[in-house]
Amino acid sequence: MQFRINGQTYAAEVDVRTSLLDLAREHLGLTGSKKGCDHGQCGACTMLVNGRRINSCLTLAVMHQDDEITTIEGLGAPGALNPLQAAFVKHDGFQCGYCTPGQICSATGMLDELAKGWPSHVTADLESVTFTDAEIQERMSGNLCRCSAYPNIVEAIREAAESQHLAEAAE
Amino acid sequence: MSDSTTLKMDVPVPASLLDAGTQGLIGRPLDRIDGPLKVAGRATYSAEYALPNLAYGFLVQAKVGRARVTGIDTAAALEMPGVLDVVIDLDTFIRNPQQGGSNKAPTQGVEEIHYFGQVVAIVVAETFEQARDAAARVHVALEDKPGLFEFDARLEEAHKPKGGSTEPHVATGDPDRALAEAPVVLDAVWTTPSQNSAAMEPHASTAVWEGDALTVYGSYQMPASDKQQLAQALGMKPNKVRIISAYVGGGFGSKLGIAPEVVAAALAARKLGRPVKTVMSRQQVFDATVRRSNTHQRIRLGAGADGRLTTVVHETVSSNIEGEEYFEPAGVSTHFLYAGENRRITHDLLPMDWLLSGSMRAPGEAAGMLALEAAMDEFAEKLGMDPVELRKINDPEQDPLKGVPFSTRQLTRCLDEGAAAFGWKDRNPTPGARREGEWLVGHGMAASARSNHLQESQARVSIGADGRATVETDMTDIGTGTYTILAQITGELLGLRPEWIDVRLGDTDTPPGAGSGGSWGASSSGSSVYLACEALRAKIATAMGCAEEELTLKDGRAIAQNRSVPLSSLVGEGLSAEGTIKPGKLEEERRQASYGAHFCEVRVNAVTGEVRVNRFVSTFAAGRILNEKTARSQCIGGIVFGIGAALTEELVHDPRSGRVVNHDLAEYHVPVNADVPHIEVHFLPERDQFANPLQSKGLGELGISGAGAAVANAIYNATGVRIRDYPLTLDKLLPGLPTV
Repeated sequence: MQFRINGQTYAAEVDVRTSLLDLAREHLGLTGSKKGCDHGQCGACTMLVNGRRINSCLTLAVMHQDDEITTIEGLGAPGALNPLQAAFVKHDGFQCGYCTPGQICSATGMLDELAKGWPSHVTADLESVTFTDAEIQERMSGNLCRCSAYPNIVEAIREAAESQHLAEAAE
Repeated sequence: MSDSTTLKMDVPVPASLLDAGTQGLIGRPLDRIDGPLKVAGRATYSAEYALPNLAYGFLVQAKVGRARVTGIDTAAALEMPGVLDVVIDLDTFIRNPQQGGSNKAPTQGVEEIHYFGQVVAIVVAETFEQARDAAARVHVALEDKPGLFEFDARLEEAHKPKGGSTEPHVATGDPDRALAEAPVVLDAVWTTPSQNSAAMEPHASTAVWEGDALTVYGSYQMPASDKQQLAQALGMKPNKVRIISAYVGGGFGSKLGIAPEVVAAALAARKLGRPVKTVMSRQQVFDATVRRSNTHQRIRLGAGADGRLTTVVHETVSSNIEGEEYFEPAGVSTHFLYAGENRRITHDLLPMDWLLSGSMRAPGEAAGMLALEAAMDEFAEKLGMDPVELRKINDPEQDPLKGVPFSTRQLTRCLDEGAAAFGWKDRNPTPGARREGEWLVGHGMAASARSNHLQESQARVSIGADGRATVETDMTDIGTGTYTILAQITGELLGLRPEWIDVRLGDTDTPPGAGSGGSWGASSSGSSVYLACEALRAKIATAMGCAEEELTLKDGRAIAQNRSVPLSSLVGEGLSAEGTIKPGKLEEERRQASYGAHFCEVRVNAVTGEVRVNRFVSTFAAGRILNEKTARSQCIGGIVFGIGAALTEELVHDPRSGRVVNHDLAEYHVPVNADVPHIEVHFLPERDQFANPLQSKGLGELGISGAGAAVANAIYNATGVRIRDYPLTLDKLLPGLPTV
């Protein structure tokens, strides 16, 4: 089977039972995505599939041979962190770091959903989605952090998103 | 000039070298030095080492609560594709994890089943999928036995445990008589449920044999003692076992001791002659690692009409597997938190056929202060006093039980400054009096206290010919910030920027560290690094030809007597020194603890009973703060654990089998992002010369201590409903809420 991950092509022979998460971790050496529950309950395995966030433990690798997959390794590297990753470091949006790749992939997908105007449970006016802490918190609640860096995660996402908006406004 | 420095804390250290440094690193909110690796997904956790010829193990559990194994049928599993073996060793497998810090193997032998989900075998296959599937086809034949699954009805069977770090029963004065004579008395019972640490990384071990030597890549909080436990469990010499835990995805007590997966993986790897990786499923972590015990706590307080406590009685019962003597030390802060010349604090233990109970974040205080601090709130109301005032007038001059002085104690100042920061004076003391639409709004507070401990810890610090420094110890960073603060201490004392320092943690081939637990990590391992650096400073001074006190080290240069030279020019081929810190007499001669005060606002929906924590302000005094950023994060994390304990966290044991019914993260409810408000944390300036040469105290467990009680007290203020059975879920609140 062939996969497109982080802009690269990978070939692997895997079991039809192999999840997208286990494909990355156990077969391709991409261990940035984490396994916390294997049941879609914690969000540590979050990846981006064609730009949308997904619990990669809940989907089979075999289903994604035509997809463009992005993992944490594709967002940035030490020394070349993307703005969201850098904001997580600055605001201490993690402690043990195990949920962190999932948080950052999830936040990436979430900001895109917000930009597209998708409403959430806390959206008051479905016609006009605004960028608030409550929206961030609601939309990030599928990503558990037992170290409980939640307030710092919200600050990191807010800052990264605001700097992105500023950059876009300047263009 | 010694290559090693050892300090036993028998006398205080009034002058810390940290105050003499000029690098300006200590206390600053520096970013974590391991941060870039973690946010880029490049930090390597236990199950992420690429090893050749790796096989996958999956654990087989017995799915009954109490039984004897009469046979294990492996035929169906062995026929499945890719399956290499089903390894069974009923004598050597460990029945349950070990407690933290023990140098002995945990209870071994799994023929007798003592809890639902006990591990009895391991399937090994070429792939994870094959092993998992085959494990489901292993048939464990069992002869059922009657089990101990009932707690409440058997309370009178509880016994006094053998004792551990906390004395099970303590008393002073005549509490029964004092209670009979006290003008104002409170007598009530609180209960707290079993809880799970739920660290995000499941327990995992990869076992690799080279001849008769074993290397384990695993997720451990205390590798130095875990290595001893594992060696004894396998009948090996400790020097033949190496544990590597470079990055640990959270612990909170659950990874203090070894767990069933490592012994199974090691036995399988030895038998197969291949490395075996075994990751516990999330359900297995809930079933077969360790829980915080449930507790039954009766508290009686006696005071004069002026609110001055004369009597404090805190009698507790927790549970564990028969023969496992660890008890939840729920009354540990009751020993010394408030005044009262008559006191009795007891811990009894009830045998249960439930999974092991052990230490979870702030063992003792976390469960005990849910009761004690709620009792103080009720007592304040009974006395017609403000709850802050009641605590202040009962802030004792010295330890009321042992009669020894406190090392440092700023409880009253925490209460005052916390109250001011929160705006406590605007609180309406009348319960159920403030309503905004369908939301009832309330304010509550609680004190925080957590005993301070020092553990023996060792580290090596080396300066290379290039002037860079390396720190080595098998201490771990489980999210606590160890990598960063050890770099800060080294940088401060050797005059180096953090980026010139390599910190290597979690490898038992390096000097044995304290491990992460009991909030002792930063102080203990930090002190060992401090002492190693002190020895290096002496060597550098000699090389510089000056006295130690004349020497200034800054930005990679040594400065003395109007000379400034690169540090690298003084170290030749390189310098190295080891430091060892040991607890001493000051543990007994001074009562050492960190303190704080929590204030919070909750909103309770009058229609649904839903509780939202709206605002949280906490003030802490924990000695010197080494890194303001990581310290704050630790405190926030603790507070959120407290919110979970107050509102949602409860392991439900099936009364027929002891089975943990809600054994996953969908049913065991840890707080999520939307449950947590902005949390304001303040630190008071403090130095504790009795604690260690850094003059710091523990704070990883301070945040949780008392936090849940502040939430419960706020719920009472919002609704007028007192619930003494944690967690305070809406089904318990609804009957007492005003009619809609």
